[in-house]
Amino acid sequence: MSTPLGTSVSADAGRRQGDAWETVIGLEIHAQLATRSKIFSGAATAYGAPPNTQACLVDLGYPGVLPVLNAEAVRMAVRFGLAIGAQIARQSVFARKNYFYPDLPKGYQISQYELPIVAGGTLEIVLEDGSRKRIGVTRAHLEEDAGKSLHEGLAGLTGIDLNRAGTPLLEIVSEPQMRSAREAVAYMKKVHTLVRYLEICDGNMQEGSFRCDANVSVRPAGSEKLGTRTEIKNVNSFRYVEKAIQYEVARQIELIESGGKVIQETRLFDPDRGETRSMRSKEEANDYRYFPDPDLLPLELEAAYIEAVRAELPELPDAKAARFSAQYGLSDYDAGVLTASRELADYYEAVTRTVPGQSKLAANWVMGELAAVLHKDGLEIGAGKLPAERLAGLLARIADGTISGKIAKEVFEVMWASGASADEVIASKGLQQITDTGAIERAIEEVMAHHPAQLAEFRAGKDKLFGFFVGQVMKATQGKANPAQLNALLKKKLPG
Amino acid sequence: MALTRAQVEGIAHLARLELDPAELPQYEQSLSRIVDFIGELERASTAGVAPMAHPLPGLAQRLRADEVTERDEHDLYQRNAPAVASGLYLVPKVIE
Repeated sequence: MSTPLGTSVSADAGRRQGDAWETVIGLEIHAQLATRSKIFSGAATAYGAPPNTQACLVDLGYPGVLPVLNAEAVRMAVRFGLAIGAQIARQSVFARKNYFYPDLPKGYQISQYELPIVAGGTLEIVLEDGSRKRIGVTRAHLEEDAGKSLHEGLAGLTGIDLNRAGTPLLEIVSEPQMRSAREAVAYMKKVHTLVRYLEICDGNMQEGSFRCDANVSVRPAGSEKLGTRTEIKNVNSFRYVEKAIQYEVARQIELIESGGKVIQETRLFDPDRGETRSMRSKEEANDYRYFPDPDLLPLELEAAYIEAVRAELPELPDAKAARFSAQYGLSDYDAGVLTASRELADYYEAVTRTVPGQSKLAANWVMGELAAVLHKDGLEIGAGKLPAERLAGLLARIADGTISGKIAKEVFEVMWASGASADEVIASKGLQQITDTGAIERAIEEVMAHHPAQLAEFRAGKDKLFGFFVGQVMKATQGKANPAQLNALLKKKLPG
Repeated sequence: MALTRAQVEGIAHLARLELDPAELPQYEQSLSRIVDFIGELERASTAGVAPMAHPLPGLAQRLRADEVTERDEHDLYQRNAPAVASGLYLVPKVIE
C-alpha cells in the first residue's frame, strides 16, 4: 500500500493507514503571555511596533545588564498549571539554552530545563465519535521569545527586529499521546480555549501569539517501541497543523514501506505546497549545553501565593460546559459550542438572563443566525455589533407570539444592518403577527373565494391541497398570520 | 582526563571561536588541565548534599512588577551596529 504524497493526502489518511501503522504525536505549544512588559526587562511587548523600538539593553544582550523576572509572567504560568491540575513547583530554576542565531543576541535563550514551573497536568479532548480522551501535559515552562529575522528586499542580508526578543512564553509540552492529526488539533484547540479563558494569552495565531511544534512518528500497529520522530517547527494555524501532520505521517509510512528510514530531523511546513521539508540549517545535531543561569536565582513560590492564584481562577471551559448542559438543558454539543470562548458564553448567558425560560431558543439563535452573520462579516462576538439585550429583545417577541420564527429572521437582518431594536423594526415594518381570529378568518374566506377549483378538489379528497391554502393565506397576510391559529381555522373552514 | 583534538575543535565550533591550528595543542593541554581540576570535585563526598542551582543559599529570585519602564532608544543603540536599514539590524544572510 502506498499513499500519494503532496496536497492530495486525504483527511482520513491517518486512519486508513491506521490498520498497519499507528501514528504517535506530541505537541510543544508556545503561548506568548499577555504581559505589558517583557519577561526579563521593562521593554514593551505590544505587537506591530516599528522595528527595534521595543528592544532595550537587556533584550539586546549588552554586557553588564541583568535580567529581572516579571511577576505577572509567573502568575500566568501558575494560573495555567492550576487550571490543568498540574504540580506547581515550589522551586523552579532558569537555565541557559545555548545557540547562536542573530534573533537572540545573547547567544542563549533563558528557559527552564530540569526544574520547570509546571509539571504533570492533564487536558481532556472530545474525539469525533463523542468519546473523551485525556492527554497528559508533561510540563510547562517559562522562557523568552526570540526576535524576528526578515529576508525580503535586503539583497543577501538578513534584517533583525528584536521587538519580540524577551516576550514571555509559556512552552506547554504534551505527552506523545495523540494518535491522529485530528486528535492533535483537538488538543491544540483545547489549550487555545483555555489560555484565552485564563486571560494569559490573546491566542492570536496570525500574530504568532500561539504556535506549535509537532513531534510526529509512526510505528507498526501493536508495537510498544516508538518510531524515529521528526519535529515540524512553528506551525501557526489549526488547519496547517492538521495538514502538516497528515503529510508527515504519509511521508514516513511511504518511506519505511519502500525500505527507507526516518531520520530524526527538524522540518518546516510549506502551506503553499502542503508539504513538510527538511530544515537543512539544523541538520547538525543540536547541543544546547543547558546550565543554570547564574544571573537568575531560583524562583520560589509560597503555598499561600499558589492558593491565592487558585482562588482567582475563573470558571473553566469544561466546568462551564457541564453547567450549561445542566442549567439550560442544552445538549453536550451545544454546550461545547457555546463555551468555546468566554465572550461567547457570557453573551449567551446575558441573552438567557434577559429572556428567561428560552434557553434553547437562545442557543439556536446564537449558534445559528448570529454565528452566521458574524462569520459572514468576519466579526468576533466581542466586537459588540449586536448587544445581547438586543437579541434578547427579538427572542422575547418570538416567545410572546408577536412574530413568527420566519418573520424573526427578517427582523434580525434589519436589526443587524441598522442597529435598531426588534420592537422598532417590527413597528416600522408592520410585522406584528396577526393573532386576531376574525382577521385570519377573513383572509381565509377571501382565499377560498379566489380559488374555487382548488377548494372543490380539496373537498373531493385531495388532502395535500391543505398546504396550498396555508401558503395562500400566508401570502395574503405577508407571512404574518399566526401559524397555529391559521392551521386550526383552516381545518375548521376548508371542509365547509 | 585528556581532551582530544576533535573535542577541542568541537567546543570551539559550538562557541563560534576560530582557532589557529597552530594553537590547538596548547588549547588541548590547558583545557585538559581545567577539566582535570573540575574532576577533583568528583572525589569529594557529596552524600547528603542537596543539589544547588545557585551558589547563594537562602536567596530566591526577586520579581519586578509588570510595567513598561524602558523608552525607545533604538537610534542610540543602533549607533553601535555595523549595519542598519529601516530600523533593522543587518547581519549576514541566515540560511533558511
